[in-house]
Amino acid sequence: MPFRWRNSHLFWPLAALGGLLLINLLLKPEFFAIRYQNGHLYGSLIDILNFGSPLAIVAVGMTLVIATRGIDLSVGSLVAISGAMACLTISRGADQQSLHLVLGAVLLALAVSVALGLWNGLLVAGAGIQPIIATLILMVAGRGIAQLITSGQIITVTSKPYHFIGAGWLFTLPFSVYLAALVFLFAAWMTRRTSLGMFIEAIGCNPAASRLAGIRSRSILLAVYMFCALCAGIAGLITSSNVSSADGNNAGLWIELDAILAVVIGGTSLAGGRFSLAGTLVGALLIQTLTTTIYMLGVPPEITLVVKAFVVLAVCLIQSPSFRRAIAARGVPRKPVASRQEVSRHG
Amino acid sequence: MSENRPILKMTGIHKRFPGVHALNGVDFRMFAGEVHALMGENGAGKSTLIKVLTGVYPIDGGEVEWEGRPFHPRSPLEAQQAGISTVYQEIHLCPNLSVAENIFIGREPRKFGRISWRAMNRAAEALLAERLNVKLDVTRPLGSFSIAVQQLVAIARALNISARLLILDEPTSSLDRDEVNRLFAIMRHLKRQGLAILFVTHFLDQVYEVSDRITILRNGRFIGEYPTRELPRVELVQKMIGKDLDLLGSLPKRTPPSAGGERPFLQAAGLGRKGGVEPFDLAIGSGEIVGLAGLLGSGRTETARLLFGADRADQGKCFVEGREAKLDSPRKAIDRGIAFCSENRKAEGIIEDLTVRENIILALQAHRGWFRALSRRRQEEIADEYIRALDIRPADPEQLIRNLSGGNQQKVILARWLLMNPRLLILDEPTRGIDVGAKAEIQRLVLSLSEKGMAVLFISSELEEVIRVSSRVAVLRDRRHVRHLAGVEIRQSAIMQAIAGG
Amino acid sequence: MVDRKYIPLLVTIGLFILMFLAGSLRYPGFLSTQVFMNLLIDNAFLLIVAVGMTFVILSGGIDLSVGSMVALTTMLSASLIMQAGWPPAAVIPLVLAVGTSFGWMMGAIIHYFQIQPFIVTLAGMFLARGLCYVISIDTISINHPFYTKMALAKIRLPGGSFISIGVVIALLVVLLAVYLAHYTRFGRNTYAIGGSESSAVLMGLPVARTKMLVYAFSGFCSALGGVVFTFYMLSGYGLHAVGLELDAIAAVVIGGTLLTGGSGYVIGTFFGVLIQGVIQTIITFEGTLSSWWTKMVIGLLLFLFILLQRVFTARTARGRSV
Repeated sequence: MPFRWRNSHLFWPLAALGGLLLINLLLKPEFFAIRYQNGHLYGSLIDILNFGSPLAIVAVGMTLVIATRGIDLSVGSLVAISGAMACLTISRGADQQSLHLVLGAVLLALAVSVALGLWNGLLVAGAGIQPIIATLILMVAGRGIAQLITSGQIITVTSKPYHFIGAGWLFTLPFSVYLAALVFLFAAWMTRRTSLGMFIEAIGCNPAASRLAGIRSRSILLAVYMFCALCAGIAGLITSSNVSSADGNNAGLWIELDAILAVVIGGTSLAGGRFSLAGTLVGALLIQTLTTTIYMLGVPPEITLVVKAFVVLAVCLIQSPSFRRAIAARGVPRKPVASRQEVSRHG
Repeated sequence: MSENRPILKMTGIHKRFPGVHALNGVDFRMFAGEVHALMGENGAGKSTLIKVLTGVYPIDGGEVEWEGRPFHPRSPLEAQQAGISTVYQEIHLCPNLSVAENIFIGREPRKFGRISWRAMNRAAEALLAERLNVKLDVTRPLGSFSIAVQQLVAIARALNISARLLILDEPTSSLDRDEVNRLFAIMRHLKRQGLAILFVTHFLDQVYEVSDRITILRNGRFIGEYPTRELPRVELVQKMIGKDLDLLGSLPKRTPPSAGGERPFLQAAGLGRKGGVEPFDLAIGSGEIVGLAGLLGSGRTETARLLFGADRADQGKCFVEGREAKLDSPRKAIDRGIAFCSENRKAEGIIEDLTVRENIILALQAHRGWFRALSRRRQEEIADEYIRALDIRPADPEQLIRNLSGGNQQKVILARWLLMNPRLLILDEPTRGIDVGAKAEIQRLVLSLSEKGMAVLFISSELEEVIRVSSRVAVLRDRRHVRHLAGVEIRQSAIMQAIAGG
Repeated sequence: MVDRKYIPLLVTIGLFILMFLAGSLRYPGFLSTQVFMNLLIDNAFLLIVAVGMTFVILSGGIDLSVGSMVALTTMLSASLIMQAGWPPAAVIPLVLAVGTSFGWMMGAIIHYFQIQPFIVTLAGMFLARGLCYVISIDTISINHPFYTKMALAKIRLPGGSFISIGVVIALLVVLLAVYLAHYTRFGRNTYAIGGSESSAVLMGLPVARTKMLVYAFSGFCSALGGVVFTFYMLSGYGLHAVGLELDAIAAVVIGGTLLTGGSGYVIGTFFGVLIQGVIQTIITFEGTLSSWWTKMVIGLLLFLFILLQRVFTARTARGRSV
C-alpha cells in the first residue's frame, strides 16, 4: 500500500530526530520549555524552527535538483549574493524604512538569484556539463560576486521592514518559520498538484525513457535549477535580515553541504528519482536540532562537524547496496561488480 | 580441416538463472586454426555461453576442457591468463591512453622500476606489424582512432597476453565494408598462425565469408555443429529461428484489410541513417499491420527509432498523411499521433521509481504539459480502466512498476501509448521475455486495434508471430530492407529466403 | 604540429606567461625573479595539495577533505609540539602517516561501498575539521626552534632571489608526482581508471588498490601541505585553509586536467597554481582592486576551461564515431 511505503522513507529520519529529542529530554529537560512573552513564543524548540528555516528552504530546492540526478553546489554563494544585493539596495535608498524600497530590494535580490539559477540550468541542460562541475563555477565565482556587491565590507542596514523578514514575529512565531512553511507548501503543491513532480522523478530515474515518453526534460531542468536558486535567494534574505547586514564572505558558508545532507537524510537518493520533500524537512530539522543540542550540552559547537561526518557516512553506507550486501554476508565484498556492464544489446 | 584434438571442449553445459534455463545441455568445441561462428537469435544462449567460458559466470553442470585439462575460470582475468581473450563490440580499453599503453598496461616493460616508454612503443609497433599486419602511430591516444582500429588494438592486447582462443563478440557491427574486409584479412592471417577464433555476429554474409564451422543454439539448447560450406543459408536460418507453432492456435484468422487505394498514414521515402539502417521506403496505412522481420541487428529497431524520431535520420523524408513531417524528436512524433514501445523495456520503457498509475499516464501528461495536470481521480479512473482492459496484475495502480513481471510491465507501457489514442503504434518486440499467455493476449490486442483503424508496425524475432498478425511484411537483412511481402506471399519459406539472402 | 592532447596544457602555460607579461608591462617592479619566487613561496602548500588533488581528479574522483586535512595537520603538529612536547622528528612522520591513512580509508570506502567520492570526502572534510576543534578551538602558536628556523630559512639563489624550504619541498613533490604519473604503473593505472574504470577492471588492472592509493597519496599531500603550511603560519588553527579544496580543484582544472578524469598533467597543475598566484599578485600591485576579484577571475577561468574541455571531449567523441 502506498502509504506504508511512503512512511517507511520517513521512518529513519523521524526515529533519529526522536532519539535526539529523547537525549535532550534525559539530559536537559529545559530544552522543551516554551515561554510565552510579549505575544511571542520562546524556547529551544522555537529556536530550532527559527534558525533551521534557511537550511530547510535551501534543502527543499536542493531536493528537486537532486531528484533530477543533479546537484547544486552554488546555493551557499547565492545566499550571500541575495543578501548582499538586498542590503546594498536598501543602504543606497533614501528612506530605509520605506516598504517600497524593501520590497523592491527583495524582488531585485530574488530576481538576481533566479537569473543565476538560469545560468546553472543552462550549463547543465543546455551545454550538458555535469551538474557538480557546472555549479562549481558559480560556487567559486559567486563568493567573489557577493563581495563585489558589498565591496568587501559588511553592509549594515537599519531598515525595520527588512529586519522583519528574518527576525520578525507573526502570530507568536518567528516570521521566517512562515516563509519556510510557504516555500515547502509551494514546492509540495507544484510537485504534487501539477505533474512537475512526476516529470522530475521520471527524468531522474530514467532520462532515456522519459525522452521517449515525450517529456521536455530541458525546460524542467531549467525550472528546477531556477527554483533551487530562488530558494537560496530567500534563505539569503532571511540570513542577512536576521542580523541586518550582509557579509559576502561568510553568509551561507557550507549551507550547500548541510542542504545536501538534509536531502540525503530525508531519504532522497543522490542517484535521482523518487524524492520526499517531507523527508528533507525532517532532515533539515534533524541537523538543526543536532546543532542546538550540542550547543545546549555545552560541547563546543564546532564539534557538530564530527557528528555530522559520522551521520553522513552512516546514511550513505545504509543507502549503499554493496554495504548492505557486505553486512548480510558479514564480510567486505572482494570485488565490486562492474556496474551497468551487462546492459543487453539490441537488434 | 583435420579432426585432431579440439583445444576447447564443452560438454553438456547447464546454466540456470532465476526463471530461465539459459543453457540446457550445450556442447561446444573449438580447434586451433579455425574461425568458428556461434549463431543464434535473442535468448539462444550465445552470450551466456561466452560468459561461462570466460569465467563471468560459473557453470551449473557439464564439463569444460581447455587444452586437455579441466578448466573452471573464476574471472575473465583468469580466463585471459589461461589464453582465452574476448574482444567486445564496445571497446573495453581506455580511450585516453596511447595505443601502446592500451596493449601493454599492467605489463609495461620496465627498466630499474621505471616504465620504459621507448621499449614499449617499439614492442607495440612490432606486435601490430607482425601479428596484425598494420602500422599505427602507437603514441597517439586510442580515442583518436576509429572503432575499427581500436578493435585491432584490443585484439593486439589479447594476442600479447598469449591468447590461443580469441572471442570476437559482434566485432563488425560498427564497421564499414572496408574495415570489415581488413578485419577479415587479419582474422585469416591469425588463423594461419594457429589461433582459434570464435566469431559472433548477426551478419549471415559475413559468417559465410570468413567462418569454417558453425555452431547453432536456440532457446538455450544445442541445435548442431556444421562445417560452414555444408550448411545452406536457408537451413541455417531455419535452425536459428525454429518453429513455435503450438502457442497461437487460438488466434482468430485475420481478415485481409482493404488493400491499397487509400493514402497511407505514414510514408518513408529513402529514410536512412548512417550506421543505423540504409535508406528504405515504407508505407503504413491506417488499419494495417506491417511486420518487420529479420534477424537481430538487421536494422529493425533502427527503422522504428527513425520513424519515431528517437534517432535523427540523416537522409530521406517522412510523410504523415501526405504532408512532409520532420520527425527529429519523440515529441514531434507523438504530436503527429505516433507511439513507440521500445524493445528495451527496462532502459527505455518503464520508469522504475514510479507507480503503475504514473507510468500509464506519463505520456499523456507529458503531452498536456505540467500545468494541465490530470486530476488524481481522473488518473485513477484511467489506470483502473487500463488495468482492467489489459488485465494487468496485480491490479493495483499504486504498485511500483518495478515489482511487476515483465509481461505486466509491457502491458503498462502499452496502456501508456493506447491512452494517447495513437494513429500509428510501433511495437518493438512487444512479446519478448513474457509468458505464452500474455503473448497471445498482446497479439489479440494488436489485431483488434488494427480493426479499429490503428496503423501498427510490428517487430518481432519470432517469424510465426509476424506472419500471423501482419498484412504486409518488410524483411531486413544486414541493415537493408531487402524485400516487401504482402498477402499470400507472406509465408515462412519466403521470409526465410529473404532473410538468408545470398 | 603539436599533439592535440597537449593543447589544454599549452593554453594554461600560455595564459600564465601572458598574465605575467601583462603584469610586467603594467607595473614597475613586477618583472623580477623575486616576484616569481614569491608566487612559489606563497603558494607552496597549495601546490603540494593540488598535486595530490591532480591524481584524485585524474582517477575520476574528487577530494573535498584536503583543506580540512591541512588544518588538522597544523593543529596536530601544534598541539603535539607545544602541549605534549614531542620532538618535530616524531611529529612530522606521525602527521604524514595520519594524513595518508585518512586518505586511504576514504579510498577504501569509496571503492568497496561504491559511494560517490564527493560524499565520502565531504564526510572526511567534516571529520577532519571537527577533529581540529576536538583538539582545541583556539589558535596554538608554535615557537619551537625547529619550526621557526624552517619558517625563516631563506635559500639564496644565484641572481639575488631566494625561496623558502616549503618551495623546495613543493618542487620535490612536483618532480616526484611527474615521475609517479608517467613512469610508474601506479600512475598509468590512475590514468586508465580515469579513462574508463570498467575497462580497467576488465583489463585486469588493480583498480581497488590503485584507487585507495590515489586517495592515500592525496591525504599524504594534504598532510605534507599542512606541514609546509605550519612552517608558513607557525600556528595550528581549526580555521586554517578553509576553502582550500576549492583552490586546489580550481588549480587542477585551470591546469588543463579533465574533471571527469583520465586526462591532464601534473605540470599543468603547477601552472594552474601559478596562475592563481599571479592573479593575486596583480591585484596586490593594482592596489585599488580588491581581493574578491581573484575569486571572480578564477571562476571565469574555471568556466572557460570547463567549456574548453566540453568542446574538446565532444570533438574527440565525434571523431571517434565517424
